[in-house]
Amino acid sequence: MKQVISVLVENQYGVLNKITGLFSRRGFNIETLSVGETDDKSVSRITMIVDSGNSVMEQVEKQLNKMVQVIKVRRLDQGELVGKELALFKVGITSKTRGEIKDLVEIMGARIADISASTVTVEISAAPEQVDLMLDMLRPYGIKEMARTGMAALQKGSKAL
Amino acid sequence: MITGARAMVDGLLEQDVDILFGYPGATICPFYDELAIEEKKGTIKHILVRQEQNAGHMASGYARRTGKPGVCVVTSGPGATNLITGIATAYLDSIPLVAITGQVPTNQLGKDVFQEVDTTGMCAPFVKHSYLVKDAADIPRIMREAFYIASTGRPGPVLIDVPSDIQNTEFEYVDPGEVNIRGYKPSITGNDKQIRKIAREISGAERPLIIAGGGVILSGAEDLLAEFAKKNNIPVVTTMMGLGVLPTLDPLNLGMIGQFGNSPANYALNHTDTLIIVGARVADRAVMNPEGLMSHCKTIHIDIDSAEIGKNMEATVPIVGDVKIILKKLLREDIDIDADEWTREVQEKVAQSRLRPMKRRSNGTVGPKKLMLEVGKQLDDDAYVVADVGQNQIWAAKYINLNKGKFITSGGLGTMGYALPAGMGIKFADPDLQTIVVCGDGSFQMTMNELSTLAEHNLNLKILLVNNGRLGMVNELQRKNFSQGPYAVFLPHTPDFCKLADAYGIAHRMLDDESELEDAVREMLNYDGPFLLECRVGADESTMAQ
Ligand SMILES: Cc1ncc(C[n+]2csc(CCOP(=O)(O)OP(=O)(O)O)c2C)c(N)n1
Ligand SMILES: [Mg+2]
Repeated sequence: MKQVISVLVENQYGVLNKITGLFSRRGFNIETLSVGETDDKSVSRITMIVDSGNSVMEQVEKQLNKMVQVIKVRRLDQGELVGKELALFKVGITSKTRGEIKDLVEIMGARIADISASTVTVEISAAPEQVDLMLDMLRPYGIKEMARTGMAALQKGSKAL
Repeated sequence: MITGARAMVDGLLEQDVDILFGYPGATICPFYDELAIEEKKGTIKHILVRQEQNAGHMASGYARRTGKPGVCVVTSGPGATNLITGIATAYLDSIPLVAITGQVPTNQLGKDVFQEVDTTGMCAPFVKHSYLVKDAADIPRIMREAFYIASTGRPGPVLIDVPSDIQNTEFEYVDPGEVNIRGYKPSITGNDKQIRKIAREISGAERPLIIAGGGVILSGAEDLLAEFAKKNNIPVVTTMMGLGVLPTLDPLNLGMIGQFGNSPANYALNHTDTLIIVGARVADRAVMNPEGLMSHCKTIHIDIDSAEIGKNMEATVPIVGDVKIILKKLLREDIDIDADEWTREVQEKVAQSRLRPMKRRSNGTVGPKKLMLEVGKQLDDDAYVVADVGQNQIWAAKYINLNKGKFITSGGLGTMGYALPAGMGIKFADPDLQTIVVCGDGSFQMTMNELSTLAEHNLNLKILLVNNGRLGMVNELQRKNFSQGPYAVFLPHTPDFCKLADAYGIAHRMLDDESELEDAVREMLNYDGPFLLECRVGADESTMAQ
């Protein structure tokens, strides 16, 4: 079962290393991971998607909580979060496909971030499934390269971690 | 203005550290320079070990006697890599240490310069927390935090890696105030609702059983556990780390569980209907089949580390907190239980197991069980027994009867060679406490360089060297389970250990005749000063030996 874990950590040297080290040595698998500062410069937020059973997730949470530089840990159910991922796709174009791609981008609520004579770079910020869908739709046109950030997420509503 | 090195030393003084174990080198020299000043004043004593691993083990022995973090200090690179085994050994047994390592100067970090290794990186899996100091002004706070983290909650080693330039940097000292780490607030009091639930679950149990682990000792809750067991007439088994929680011969003590445990203890574990796990982490060597256990009993798990609850076994009632506080609260609860029939049944099994006769050895060796029983008989009531790893450890664990003393060993990591330096750490902490180190001939050779330190400080430590000419535990395993039989386990050309002791000026005796057993043990224990008793034990004795 896929779950999102949101972790507030001290924004200090080596913290990310300690967290990813913990995951690899205990055999927990991280699917995606995103890190960034919060409004409080001394705190970073790490958002991870982990695919594991419930008892493993509980261990993940407890082991994270044990780390001195971890301030808060929260497992978020899919239903209680707003989660977005940013992705960039560089796709080959011809005069024939240019219009089709433009339509696709519009339908998906994406954007053209860059353009050259033979390529466009499509930018999408959406839930990971939407990003997957975008990838599927663009694949036939030939993806030259792509980059995904991994999901950033917050709880829905007024609650904070 | 003070230097980083001065702040490190002041940080130690502030924690009342009066002894530390270490080995110098270039990158830690600024610190040693300040330490030298204190040594002259008589405030701190530095014990020069002969290999850095043993600085960790000595600090561990010191911590296990005093309950305070043991301190060790080494240089960067090989000093730090040598120390690693000491740190990991402490981590697996939840022993509080503060380990200080020198590091190459900040502007050379990451450039693979002479004696640089990524010390915090390589130690990350087995420290409770670590610091790589980048700003000398942080040192006062870091020193305070390190001792706090090492000794509170579930204890463990904390590493402070200090680049040499940081040790030399001057800064304006500002008192860092009380420790306040927002990500570190161990919960120790135990949830009152859970306490009442435990009382309800135990009430009405027909075959209750307590497993006492090392956490009971770390928490200093031995007396409370005994009181709780007696009040409710519940039998107790221990893990290896929990040996000594109750006297061996206490009527409620069924002995040690696990792979190498006593059969009455394992019988009780397999037949209980309500298992109360106190300060034990349900590790594989103690509880070999947690799923099977869960199918026949309810489990109540008391531990300070929530991550240990449910890690290896689901708990019917989990409770997180300090064993001492929780037992105190539990003693106030009404528990309605009558397990007398069951308790009598398992006590009967213990009595039967003690009746088994011992075979006499006549071939120039001594029976290991007989040896350990004799040692136990002659030891002081509060003596500490420090065991290495291997058959010698199992024999010591099973057959040296403890009273108010403790059994100290590397339970989690199983580090050969732990016993001698750890025993020395205990003696440094408490020179008058009778302490006996039980070593294997293999294990002893891993750290016997410390005989030199032992002689230097003339510690009144007793060494019982169980010489079977091999790595007996592996020998036994290979004989039982591997097609090629014993291989790569023989230790030919070992030095004459008595002559070796002699070379260090340490008193010694060879014991290879059962008729001399009593006298030899007495001579060792009565001798004023370090003493090595080498005891010949048969090559193919088993850990089930009689
Ligand atoms: C550092 C280390 N290396 C290897 C082992 C694996 N090991 C466990 S017991 C043992 C044999 C110990 O031999 P000895 O100290 O002579 O004790 P004996 O079993 O003979 O009493 C070995 C090699 C270990 N526990 N620790
Ligand atoms: Mg041996």
